[in-house]
Amino acid sequence: MTSAPFSPEERARFDLELDKILTHFPADRKGAAMLPALHLLQSIKGWVAPEGLRYVAEKLEVSKERAFEVATFYTLFHTEKPGKYVIDVCTNLSCSLWGAEKLLAHLEKKLQLRAGESSERWTLRETECLASCGTAPCLQINLQHHESLTLARVDEIIERLP
Amino acid sequence: MIPVEKVITRNWGTPQSHTLESYRRSGGYRALKKALEMTPEQVTNEVKKSNLRGRGGAGFYTGLKWSFVPKGGPKPKYIAVNADESEPGTFKDRYILEKDPHMLLEGIAISAYALNCHQVYIYTRGEFKMQADVVDVAIAEAYREGIFGPRMLGKEYPLDVYQVRGAGAYICGEETGLIESLEGKKGWPRLKPPFPAVVGLFGSPTVVNNVETLANVPAIIERGGEWFAALGTEKSGGTRLICLSGSVNRPGVYEVSMKTTVRDLIYDAELGQGMPPGRTVKAVIPGGTSAPVLAADEIDVELEFEALKAKNTMAGSGGVIVMDDSTCVVRCLWRIARFYAEESCGQCTPCREGTPWQARILRRIEEGNGEASDVEILLNVATAIAPFPPIGLGNTICALGDAAALPVHSFVQKFRPEFERHIELGRCPFSERPWGHFGGGRA
Repeated sequence: MTSAPFSPEERARFDLELDKILTHFPADRKGAAMLPALHLLQSIKGWVAPEGLRYVAEKLEVSKERAFEVATFYTLFHTEKPGKYVIDVCTNLSCSLWGAEKLLAHLEKKLQLRAGESSERWTLRETECLASCGTAPCLQINLQHHESLTLARVDEIIERLP
Repeated sequence: MIPVEKVITRNWGTPQSHTLESYRRSGGYRALKKALEMTPEQVTNEVKKSNLRGRGGAGFYTGLKWSFVPKGGPKPKYIAVNADESEPGTFKDRYILEKDPHMLLEGIAISAYALNCHQVYIYTRGEFKMQADVVDVAIAEAYREGIFGPRMLGKEYPLDVYQVRGAGAYICGEETGLIESLEGKKGWPRLKPPFPAVVGLFGSPTVVNNVETLANVPAIIERGGEWFAALGTEKSGGTRLICLSGSVNRPGVYEVSMKTTVRDLIYDAELGQGMPPGRTVKAVIPGGTSAPVLAADEIDVELEFEALKAKNTMAGSGGVIVMDDSTCVVRCLWRIARFYAEESCGQCTPCREGTPWQARILRRIEEGNGEASDVEILLNVATAIAPFPPIGLGNTICALGDAAALPVHSFVQKFRPEFERHIELGRCPFSERPWGHFGGGRA
């Protein structure tokens, strides 16, 4: 993991937003704001960078081990720098009954990546049910849903990304 | 289709249905006004009379759950709204969040008043970024209009409602895992008792209710508990959102009478519109992948808590997944088993070790490397996690263990010859198209 410290502007933005978050939790339970704080860090830095994680722990008055434990427990927190676009392909039952395995294989070939791998531009992952079973198959790109997909539609979506 | 008045979906067809203005036009927040003229006990009693049962999975009576919260006491009371919809095959709460967030927020306000609660957390699964944004806008509207904040529709009643996004962990849909996550920790479930209604979030009494459950509350208060109870069956009040997916002509979310059978759901012209051409039903999961599977000759069962329980399965989260006769059930079960192996939180040994073991055996069978003893080994592993029947004998702290073992027990029990055929042949008999009619994908 490479280190990625906050710029003064980023730190100011983080502090301001975190103060707002903390108003919703009991004053003696700052650690409860861990998930909102990690989401905030990730929205600023693009990932849960180690220095940012240490800063979160300090601000919430918990050990850095605890912060790391939480960050690594949840799949949406990137403790390693992901590609510019994170593609999560659902292959759970309802999606597989509508061709999800074929969709994932198509993307692996197209992006020259196996599920779980990253390049500068892409992170490709196989994921669990995204609550789009009625509009299967589906995937998310940076948490935006794309549903009722065909291979042609996926190509179009991928190729249009800036 | 059995005619039933729409409660939850009644505004979904209205343009801009997610806005406060639209919700108000449809009569929104009238129930809150009415509730504030009642005592908190009267509100709880109305919910009790309604026979409303939890729509997240367990089907527990909501009013009864509320009544476990101690009256008085020095500790604050909390409501945690479970919007962590993650049970495979379930996609109803997301539409409530997208299309009618104020119905949920009104339900929250009424429930908070009934429980003497002044702090509510909505725990929304991390993948629902768009839905969370819609809910945040609705919360801001509710503050602006004097529904949340220091006063509630003019009455002195401080209420803060704050949304926390999860970050990708099925276990956080389990109520104590959710509470741990809300406390800023990994979502490791807690041993019960004590139950959250007594010792929950920050050690205080906490009610955890599902989105659809709370969205029903305004109608119950406005129209009365007896009216709501009469919409349902003897033991289950109201309508139900059913999520239909898999090998069926028209998948989707349908608000139905709980007297609707699985067969009617699949074949009714206003619901699933039947099986694809030339195909018949092979298997149906009636309540999310955690619910034991039904074979084709068992689908004349009502989509109601007690009726499904009598069939040794459960209504669960309302996720109905259909598999047609050209689908490989071993392949389906293997994928389900992988899900639980991926999502086991690692706390209890039978689940942490057993779930990947189940997946490995199923992979071996599906890929043609199974041995004659594998089916028995598979059942032994499942039994070590949770024996079956009945449901609920799990050897783990939370129900994820049961949820992981139940599909294995039920698929093997009902389709054993197909597992054995894989082993005899040394390959999958459906190897060309294991996923059934639509398994090749959309054209």
